[in-house]
Amino acid sequence: MINMNNISKQFGDLVVLKDISLQVEQGKVVVIIGPSGSGKTTLLRCLNVLEQPEEGSITIDQQTLKFSEKVSKKEIREFRRQTGMVFQTYNLFPHFTAVENVMEGPITVQKVAKAKAREKAVDILTKVGLHEKMEVYPYQLSGGQQQRVGIARAMAIDPKVMLFDEPTSALDPELVGEVLQVMKKLAAEGRTMVVVTHEMSFAKEVADEVLFMDNGMIVERGEPSVLFEHPKEERTKQFLKLIKQ
Amino acid sequence: MFLLSSFLSSEDMTILQDSFLPLLKGVLSYTIPLTLISFAIGLILAITTALFRISGIKVLSGIARVYVSIIRGTPLLVQLFIVFYGLGNLGVEALKFEPFVGAIIAFSLNTGAYASETIRASILSIEKGQWEASSSIGMSYLQSLRRVILPQATRVSIPPLSNSFIGLVKETSLASTILVSEMFRKAQEIVATTYTPLLVYVEAGAIYWVICFLLSVLQGKIEKRMNRYVKT
Ligand SMILES: Nc1ncnc2c1ncn2[C@@H]1O[C@H](COP(=O)(O)OP(=O)(O)OP(=O)(O)O)[C@@H](O)[C@H]1O
Ligand SMILES: [Mg+2]
Repeated sequence: MINMNNISKQFGDLVVLKDISLQVEQGKVVVIIGPSGSGKTTLLRCLNVLEQPEEGSITIDQQTLKFSEKVSKKEIREFRRQTGMVFQTYNLFPHFTAVENVMEGPITVQKVAKAKAREKAVDILTKVGLHEKMEVYPYQLSGGQQQRVGIARAMAIDPKVMLFDEPTSALDPELVGEVLQVMKKLAAEGRTMVVVTHEMSFAKEVADEVLFMDNGMIVERGEPSVLFEHPKEERTKQFLKLIKQ
Repeated sequence: MFLLSSFLSSEDMTILQDSFLPLLKGVLSYTIPLTLISFAIGLILAITTALFRISGIKVLSGIARVYVSIIRGTPLLVQLFIVFYGLGNLGVEALKFEPFVGAIIAFSLNTGAYASETIRASILSIEKGQWEASSSIGMSYLQSLRRVILPQATRVSIPPLSNSFIGLVKETSLASTILVSEMFRKAQEIVATTYTPLLVYVEAGAIYWVICFLLSVLQGKIEKRMNRYVKT
């Protein structure tokens, strides 16, 4: 489903991703962990082409972007529609109600009729457990509810891959569960997901593969039980010790 | 009325009453149309200029910068005189404007420059995350602007734009200098026959004040509506 080849990204002189290659098969859930500044967010943003790598190519399903060549804004937009991005800070549209947030992509981008978009948005919001909060503005929702709207908004454009950037790290501990539960549901439905998170329980339960990133590189990868219990690399061991505390 | 008549002579009262209709006519046929039309054109100019400024295209942002700098750096009265007397004196037929049209051109240009700074600031005040969220669901730059950024920027810019609007109502009195028969010119004409400047100018001032008061009530209503989606 996803094929990332030799992706390199730098900001000025700072090399943030170093020649990263990554394959994700259809229906698999990949969890990325790693210390702050290791490039996890940047990697996800490259998949969503919010950042453009200098080198390498990304293929999702049938579409390929080669970054060594010039890519047009239109190509990027087309490509981007294959991934749904869930942000750490939700980034909901504050001037739209929950249901309007979810309808926005279908209406404006996919030109779906309003009534039909609403029907679909209602379905998705029901699925994430927010059928009672449809008509309220984001400020009237708890963090956990806002993030579930964020997930619903990303799902509404029917992406082939869902990307999550630390979706629960801005939440109060008691709200983390409801968001993880929605994500587990999506995983169980067989969605392809790339998730940056330090929620070990989620990774153990749901991930098919865990990647440990450090310093712009994928240092180690493996099944969660293997990577968490028997890491090979010294840096992985150190990091796991830190987050287990 | 009763209060006024207790310390104004009956002659004064008559002058006040007689001048009210002409003043009102000045308001309805010039002051208000001048304000509304100039503000509408000014807003379009302002949005365009603001978008030029933030476009990141050197030529466009350069044009915007020069325009704003010239308008902000010169008095409105001078701008009015240049448009009406200056251009009118070139001998080019197309540049000879009716007073009303000349006033609209000058006020629109003036409003456009000031309001563009307001609008630019309010666009820039919208978090980067809003642009990213809209891009991430596949919106183009213009779609993001129209559906996500400008609606939120509008909320932010209502108080400063209301200030500009109320300011413009009062600034239209400058059009009296280029022969537009708006309210203040009417007042001057009345004073020329009655020789009661204090009385008539205070009356004109009171009318401006009433208009501005009503506008600030309206502003409050608009703000309340715009704030429906933010925590109060
Ligand atoms: N727009 C940018 N301009 C310049 N440098 C950036 C930019 N975005 C990220 N960086 C830098 O790139 C590096 C990787 O950042 P990134 O956000 O991908 O890390 P991360 O692994 O997601 O960290 P965290 O766990 O703190 O979220 C950091 O050093 C960061 O300062
Ligand atoms: Mg990050």
